[in-house]
Amino acid sequence: MSPTRAVTALKVVLWIAALAPGAWLAGGIVRGWLGANPAETLTHVTGMATLVLLLVTLAVTPVRRLTGWNPVIRLRRPLGLFAFAYAFTHFTIWFAFYNVFDVGRMIADVAERPYITVGFTAFLILIPLAVTSTKGWIRRLGKRWNTVHQGIYVAAMLGVVHFYWLVKADTRLPILLGVCLLVLLALRVRAPKVDRAGRAETQPSLSGPSQAG
Amino acid sequence: MIIRRPTDIASSEITPESVYLNRRTFIAAAGVGAAALAAAPAGLRALGSDDPQEVPARFQGMRSELNESLNSYRDITAYNNFYEFGTGKGDPSDNAGDFKPRPWTVSISGEVNKPGDYQLEDILAPVTLEDRVYRLRCVEAWSMVIPWRGFPLYELINRVEPTGNAKFVEFRTIVRPEEMPGQRAAILRWPYVEGLRMDEALHPLTLMVTGVYGMDAPNQNGAPLRLIVPWKYGFKGVKSIVSIRFVEEMPLNTWQQENSFEYGFYANVNPEVDHPRWSQARERRLPTLFQNHPTLMFNGYADQVAHMYAGMDLERWK
Repeated sequence: MSPTRAVTALKVVLWIAALAPGAWLAGGIVRGWLGANPAETLTHVTGMATLVLLLVTLAVTPVRRLTGWNPVIRLRRPLGLFAFAYAFTHFTIWFAFYNVFDVGRMIADVAERPYITVGFTAFLILIPLAVTSTKGWIRRLGKRWNTVHQGIYVAAMLGVVHFYWLVKADTRLPILLGVCLLVLLALRVRAPKVDRAGRAETQPSLSGPSQAG
Repeated sequence: MIIRRPTDIASSEITPESVYLNRRTFIAAAGVGAAALAAAPAGLRALGSDDPQEVPARFQGMRSELNESLNSYRDITAYNNFYEFGTGKGDPSDNAGDFKPRPWTVSISGEVNKPGDYQLEDILAPVTLEDRVYRLRCVEAWSMVIPWRGFPLYELINRVEPTGNAKFVEFRTIVRPEEMPGQRAAILRWPYVEGLRMDEALHPLTLMVTGVYGMDAPNQNGAPLRLIVPWKYGFKGVKSIVSIRFVEEMPLNTWQQENSFEYGFYANVNPEVDHPRWSQARERRLPTLFQNHPTLMFNGYADQVAHMYAGMDLERWK
C-alpha cells in the first residue's frame, strides 16, 4: 500500500472512530438509551471523547518519531479538530443544560468552581488552535504557528485536571489519562527526532514538527 | 412485635405532636393506605411505555404532596449511586445480579436494652409496610420523586429500647466483595457508614425502606433494607444495612471521612449552602435535561423538620 493510500485508510478509521461517540449520543437522544439523566451522559461522553482525542492527537508526533513513518502526521489536524468539536459540544451542553443559557450563571460557575475554571480555560485555549488549523493560517503564522499550537499541551493538562477535580471518589480513570499524557509529553522531550533513514537529529525540542497536514 | 410500655419514650413525645400527626398528610397525599396494599396484585399495568417492570395500578397517576409526578420504575432502578457495585450510575443495575439479599441478619448493638442479631423476617413481622412518595435529592444536584415502600424507623427503634446514653444511630452496609464488585477496590473505605442524630432517627418521616413501587426493592436500590431520610441528601440513605448501632458519639460517616471539606454529618438539603464544587440552588429533576428546578429548603420538608435544627449554623453543620 502506498503511503497516501495507507493514510487515507487510516483517515477512514479515524473518522468512523471519532464520530462513533457522537453517533451513539445522537441515537440515544432519538431512541432514549441515554438513561435517566441524559444531560449527564451527554456531558460525560463528550468530555471523555475530547480528552481521548486530545491524547491521540498528542500521540501522533511520538508515533512519527518512533516509527519514522512521516505520513502519519496528516492525521494530526483531523484528530485535533475532532477533539475541538467534542470540546465545543461539551461546552454547549453544559451551557445549555447546567446553566440553562444563563450567561450570569455560567460566569459565576467559571469564577467560583475551580474544576470549571480549568475546563473552561482549556476550551478557550483550543479555540484559536482550531481557527488557525487551516493551510492559510499555517502559512500566515509561519514559525509562530508552532508556538501557538503548543497550547494543546496546556489544554490537555487542564483537561485532565478538570476531570480529576470533578470526580467524587474514584480517581482511577483521570489518573490513568494523566499518566498517558505525561508519557506522551515525556516522549516529546526525550525521544530524538528520527528522519527517514533512521538518523537521529541533533536538536530534540518540545515543539512538534514544523508543518501539519 | 412493638412493645410499648407507658415508661417508654413515645415517638410523639420526642417529636412535636403536630409534626407527628403531619405524616398522615404525606401518606394521604400519596393516595394510598395500608388497606390498599392488600389489593395490590389485582391490576398490574406498566407505568410509562419504556418501563420493563409492571408496577401496581394504584401508582398510575399518583403524585407527591407538591403535585409532582413520579419517576418511572426504570429510572429509579437503573440510575443509582451505589459504589459497592461500581461508580457509574448504570453499574449497580448491571452488577447487582449476584447479590443475595436473603437470608438477611441485622445486628443491633450499642446502647440498647435489646441488642442482638435480628432476622429480617423478625424485623418486618410486627410492622405494616406503607407506600410513601418522597423526593430524593442527590448531593450531585439531580433529583427524583420515588414511591418507597417501608416502615418508620422509630417503630424499630422503640422496639429495641435505646438507653439514655443513645445519642446517635450508626448504620453500616454489608461487606461482600465477592458479590459486590465495587468493594474489590478501595474507592471508599468499606463498609459504608452513615448516621443520624437520635431525634432525626425517630422522626416520623425517616423510613426504613424495603421496596419501591409497592414491590421488594431490587438489589441496586439497597435490598433488602435501606434508610431514606427525605430532607437529607441521598448519600445519607445507607443501603443493604447489616448493622444498627446506638452510640453516644457522632458517627464518622463515609463521605465525611472521605472528604470532610465537602461532606458533613448532617447533609440536610439546603439551597443556600453550596457544595464547594457546585451550586445547590437548583436541581435537575430527572429525566429532564435542564438543571432549573429550584431546590427547596430541607428538600420541601422544612415544616416537618426545621425545628430540629433551630439555632444551628447550617453553613457550618453542612
